[in-house]
Amino acid sequence: MLKFLTILKVGMKAIARNKLRSALTALGIIIGVACVIAMIAVGGGAQAAVQAQINSLGSNFLMIFPGIATQSGARIFTGQSTITEDDVAAVKAECPAVAYVSPAVRSAGQIVAGNGNWGTSVQGVGVDWPFIRSWNVEKGAFFGDSEVRSAAKVAILGATVANSLFPDGNAVDQMIRIKNIPFKVIGVLESKGGSTMGQDQDDTVIAPYTAVMKLLKRTTKIDMFMASATSRDTVDEAQTQIEALLRQRHRLQAGQDSDFMIRSQQEIAQTADQTSRQMSALLAAIASISLLVGGIGIMNIMLVSVTERTREIGIRMAIGAKGRDILTQFLIEALSLSIAGGAIGIALGIGTSRFLAWKQQWPIVLSPTAVLLAFGFSAAIGVFFGFYPAQKASRLDPIEALRYE
Amino acid sequence: MVAATAVIRIEDLTRVYQMGEVEVRALDGISLSIEPGEFVAVMGPSGSGKSTFMNIVGCLDRPTSGRYFLDGVNVSGLDRDERAEIRNGKIGFVFQSFNLLARTSALENVELPLIYSSNGHRSKSREEQARRSLEIVGLAGREEHLPSQLSGGQQQRVAIARALINEPKLMLADEPTGNLDTKTSEEVMAVFQKLNDSGKTVVLITHEQDIAQYAKRVVLFRDGKVVEDRPVTSRRTAEART
Repeated sequence: MLKFLTILKVGMKAIARNKLRSALTALGIIIGVACVIAMIAVGGGAQAAVQAQINSLGSNFLMIFPGIATQSGARIFTGQSTITEDDVAAVKAECPAVAYVSPAVRSAGQIVAGNGNWGTSVQGVGVDWPFIRSWNVEKGAFFGDSEVRSAAKVAILGATVANSLFPDGNAVDQMIRIKNIPFKVIGVLESKGGSTMGQDQDDTVIAPYTAVMKLLKRTTKIDMFMASATSRDTVDEAQTQIEALLRQRHRLQAGQDSDFMIRSQQEIAQTADQTSRQMSALLAAIASISLLVGGIGIMNIMLVSVTERTREIGIRMAIGAKGRDILTQFLIEALSLSIAGGAIGIALGIGTSRFLAWKQQWPIVLSPTAVLLAFGFSAAIGVFFGFYPAQKASRLDPIEALRYE
Repeated sequence: MVAATAVIRIEDLTRVYQMGEVEVRALDGISLSIEPGEFVAVMGPSGSGKSTFMNIVGCLDRPTSGRYFLDGVNVSGLDRDERAEIRNGKIGFVFQSFNLLARTSALENVELPLIYSSNGHRSKSREEQARRSLEIVGLAGREEHLPSQLSGGQQQRVAIARALINEPKLMLADEPTGNLDTKTSEEVMAVFQKLNDSGKTVVLITHEQDIAQYAKRVVLFRDGKVVEDRPVTSRRTAEART
C-alpha cells in the first residue's frame, strides 16, 4: 500500500513535469465529457418542456384526424378528408362522454393592419375551442354560434400578433386584412408564452372555421377536429364512443380499418417523448464519439510518452522496479489524466448547460446519473486506453531500455 | 577455509546470442569468484564479453548455462520479477552515462531504489537515508539540485549515492569514468576507493588502464573468456576533493 502511494506520487510528478502536454491530453476528455453532459442536459430539458407543453393541452384532450380510406384490403390515399362537419356535430350530440368538440382548419397568411404587416398561422375553430384548450380571451370576446353559422369575418388575435400589429393595445374593434380579406378583431387571447422548439404559441390568429374554409382555404372539408372528454377518467370512454359513432357513420364493416385516427393527449405525449428521447440519444451518441476520440488521444500521448521515457523506464527497472510497478505508474498517469479531465469536463458541461439556460432560455435538466456516468466512463477510458501503453512499458527489456538514446 | 560467503561465485558460465543463423558465444565458460571487500576491475577490448558479464552479474540478463551465486544464492534461474528484487536489494548500479532522472532533484534520484523495495519505507525515512547517502559521496548541501545543475563528476556521485542507498552487497560500476575528464575521474574513483575501504565490494568495468590501477585486482576478458586474473601492483590512490 505504501509502495502504491509512492508510485501514485511518482505518476503525479510525471504529469506535473509535462504541464502543457498533460493539459492538451486531458483536453480531449474534457471536451468529450462536457459535450456529453451538456447534450444530455439540453436533450433532457427539451424532453421535459415538450412534456409540459403537451400536458398543458389538458389531460382529457382528444384529436381526431382523417385517415386513409381502405377499400377491399388495399389502402388508398384519397387525398380527401374523410371527416365532415356533420361528423363533428354528431359526436357532440351522441357521445355522452364528450363534453366539447371543435372542428379545426389551418391556414396561414399575411395579416395587414394599417402600416403593420405580420405573417402568421390562422386557425379556424368552433365555439367550444376556448374550453377544449382552456385558453381564454383576455380582451373582447370569443365568437358565438351565429358567427360560425354565417362564416362571419371576425378574428381573435394571439398576444404576439396583437402586440406587433397594435402596439398601443387597442386591437379590439380594429379591422385587419387576412390575405386581403377584411376581418374585424373582436378579441385578444391571453398569453400562453413561448413554447419549446422555438414555437411561439401566441403567434396565431383564431377565426370561425367556416370563414377560414370558405374565404381563406376555399374548401368544404375540415382538416380535423378536437374534442374533450367530460373528465380525466372518461377519456378512454370518449375515445371508444367517438370511434364507434364514426365507424357507424362512415359505414365501415367490422374488420375494416378505420378511415380516421384518434389521438389522446397521452398518445401524443408518448410520441413526442419518443421523438425527443431519440433526439437526446442521438446527441449523446455524437458526444460519446468525442469522448472516444479523447480516449484515443490519451493512448496516443501515453504511447509517445513510453517511447520518450524508455531510458527512464530502463533506469527504474535496473534499480529494482518490477514490470508491475512500471505498469502501475503508467496506468496511474493515464487514469489521473482522464479523471482530472473528467472532473473538469463535468464542471465545464454543467457551466455550459447553465449558460445556455440563461443566455438562450433553453430548458435544461441536469441529471446526476448522466454526470456520474460521464465520470465513470472517462475513468474507464483512462484504464482502457492507458493499459496498452502501460503494458508496453512494463515489458521493456531493461538492457535495451538503458541503451536507448 | 573461506571466512565468508563469496559475493560472486560463477561456475562455467556461458551466454550465447542467436544472431539469425549465427551463434555468438559472448561468454564462453567462465568461472570466477569475488570475495567480500574486493575491488575488482574487469577489463577487455570491446566485444570481449565484459558488458555481457556485467549484465549477468547485475541480474539484468540470464546466463545460457552455468551457475551464478550472488551472496550465496543461486540467481541464474530467477525470473524477471525475482531478478528485479535482487537488483533492488543486493546490487548498486553506476552507469557510464549517470542515468539520473532529468528534472528530478538529487535527493529524489537517490531515494528512487527505496520506492521499489519490498519492505516499504516511509517518505521521511527515505529522505533521511538519501541525505546520508549524499553526505557519504560528499554532496551534502546539493540535495535540491537538478542533474542539469550539477557537473558531470557531481552527477556521477549522485548516481553512486543512489547505488549505495539500499546498502547493496555489490557495487557494480559500468565505465563510470567513461564520460568524465581525468580530474573528475579521479574524484569519482576516490569515492569508490573510500567505499571499498569501508568494506564495500566493488566491481568496476573499464577499458582504461589508469582507472583499473585504482582497483586491487584486474580480470581481463578476451573473446568471452578470462585470459588474465592478477592483483594490481603499484595501486593508485585517488585524491578526494570536494
